[in-house]
Amino acid sequence: MGGDGRRPASFYWLAAFFGLFVLFLYGPTVTTLILSFQGPQGGLTFPLNGLSLFWFGKLWAGLGVVDIWAAFRRSFALGLVVMVLTVTLSFLAGLAFRKRFRGQDFLFLVAVASLIVPSIVVSLGIGLEFRLVDEGVKALAERTGSPWLEGYTTAMGLFTSGLGAHLTWTLPFGLLIMFAVFNRFNPAYEEAARDLGASRWQTVRHVVIPIILPSLIGVALFGFTLSWDEVARSSQAIGGQNTLPLELQGLTTTVTTPEIYALGTLTTGVSLVVIASALALVAVLRRRGARRGSDAGQGLV
Amino acid sequence: MTGDAAGLLGAADSESRAEGRPSAAASEGLAAQERRGRRAGYWQAAPFALVFLLFFLVPLALTIVVSFWEYNEYEIIPAATLQNYGDIFDGCIATLPDLCLAFKTYLSTAKFCVLVWGLTLLIGFTVAYFVAFHVRSITVQTALFLVCTIPFWTSNVIRMISWVPLLGRNGLVNQALVGAGLGDRPLEWLLFSDFSVVLAFVHLYTTFMIVPIFNSMVRIDRSLIEAAHDAGASGWQILWNVVIPLAKPGIAIGSIFVVTLVMGDFVTVGIMGGQQIASVGKVIQVQMSYLQFPAAAANAVVLLGIVLLFIVAMTRLVDIRKEL
Repeated sequence: MGGDGRRPASFYWLAAFFGLFVLFLYGPTVTTLILSFQGPQGGLTFPLNGLSLFWFGKLWAGLGVVDIWAAFRRSFALGLVVMVLTVTLSFLAGLAFRKRFRGQDFLFLVAVASLIVPSIVVSLGIGLEFRLVDEGVKALAERTGSPWLEGYTTAMGLFTSGLGAHLTWTLPFGLLIMFAVFNRFNPAYEEAARDLGASRWQTVRHVVIPIILPSLIGVALFGFTLSWDEVARSSQAIGGQNTLPLELQGLTTTVTTPEIYALGTLTTGVSLVVIASALALVAVLRRRGARRGSDAGQGLV
Repeated sequence: MTGDAAGLLGAADSESRAEGRPSAAASEGLAAQERRGRRAGYWQAAPFALVFLLFFLVPLALTIVVSFWEYNEYEIIPAATLQNYGDIFDGCIATLPDLCLAFKTYLSTAKFCVLVWGLTLLIGFTVAYFVAFHVRSITVQTALFLVCTIPFWTSNVIRMISWVPLLGRNGLVNQALVGAGLGDRPLEWLLFSDFSVVLAFVHLYTTFMIVPIFNSMVRIDRSLIEAAHDAGASGWQILWNVVIPLAKPGIAIGSIFVVTLVMGDFVTVGIMGGQQIASVGKVIQVQMSYLQFPAAAANAVVLLGIVLLFIVAMTRLVDIRKEL
């Protein structure tokens, strides 16, 4: 541990342990990635019977009764909306927490609680809430005979209950990141801007946002990827149309061909592209910040 | 992304929330600006608060209310009955010392909690210790930390399925074992068993231990360790008497994450247990699918109560507030 350059024996043991852990972390996923390129005669396990894109082709053609591409589009759209809302709402809340407002401790506690309360409980609660709303609206429709409530079925859906369920999972991460960011944010920059006559909005727009942009990209990364893969909170709160991970969960018991690996490779691919773009963007911003001598990007990803 | 990096999963000083007050000698203009700024704070926090009100607090309150309602095959009926709670623990006292279904389910979930907690703590602590104390370059530290967190941003379901080609009857592990003459028949308990459930949990949730523990560790003042070293402490003594006590808040946060995730799980137990293993979360899910909402709500309230008790116990043991 000293700074004398020579590594203690424990370093090598721990490095080996770390290596094994990384193998454990990535090994299985890499295995399915390889198996998704199985030949047409290949099965769910090794050996590989040739290499082909056969199963991707089958996936492209559709997976039986499940419209996998519709689910793909739905999940992607939901992920984008969750991403935008997570960044916007966490950023605004982050600004609010820097000032003092009544109930801030309670709000913080609620956000952390939302992270810790089991997802099935949150999902059940949202499901119940929307069912009760539906019953209320239906009762109202019957009583009033109102024409616009005619044909009402449910308020549950991807962009109502589903969106809410995802936000209860992504927003706490967003807030915690904003805390870490504003923790080390030097208010002198804002004071300087104000002294130079910038309005509050101009200060936020031209000073605060550019400085914390890498962190906002990090929040966006959490927002999209956590929504893209969400299962537990969506399960009871998504309504009639499933997201991709929910379809995938259902398929684990019915599909017995490498098609499911192809689907896995595809969804993991989307996640990895998003992660890589976010990290690359952060790296570029940091380099640019460093060149210009600002401390932009001193925060975390 | 190193250093306090791991604000990711649980670090932010409460001081940050008290910032931004001008000096005592604030002019009137500043005071007015301050007032405006403070008012702005409310509308800035409002959308965030509204989401949690609509999709967290109200649903939880409704769950508690509905857990006292009655139900039949067609509808749920407002009432004030303890019937649903009675049903959960039906016959549990009478059949003792034999365990009723509810106790068996909770015991099975508790077993997973303990095993997964122990394993993720051991692995997570070791990994975090290596990255925090043995890696000297900040860049390498950041890179290794990222390597540990990237899987967290990919799909859990896919990470579970990916064990199938390894652990299945004709999977790689069995092929290797039989091939090496270590067994004449493939092992059946590798997949769709308690073993595979624990393995998948450890695979999925070790990150939740690594990040907060790493975050605690990088905040430890290195001079404390040098002082211990100079005073003649051995490596193990430093670990036991300096590092572990100072990493306790991180350990506590990681433990809360892991234990609550396992307690409420139904996806991992479902997929990795071949839909054969019971868990509290699964019971709730099944009751929801049969539209027995009050029964599901009662189970959810019991689960929530146990989770809260656990968190209270943890916060009594370790002062987490320092980390939050």
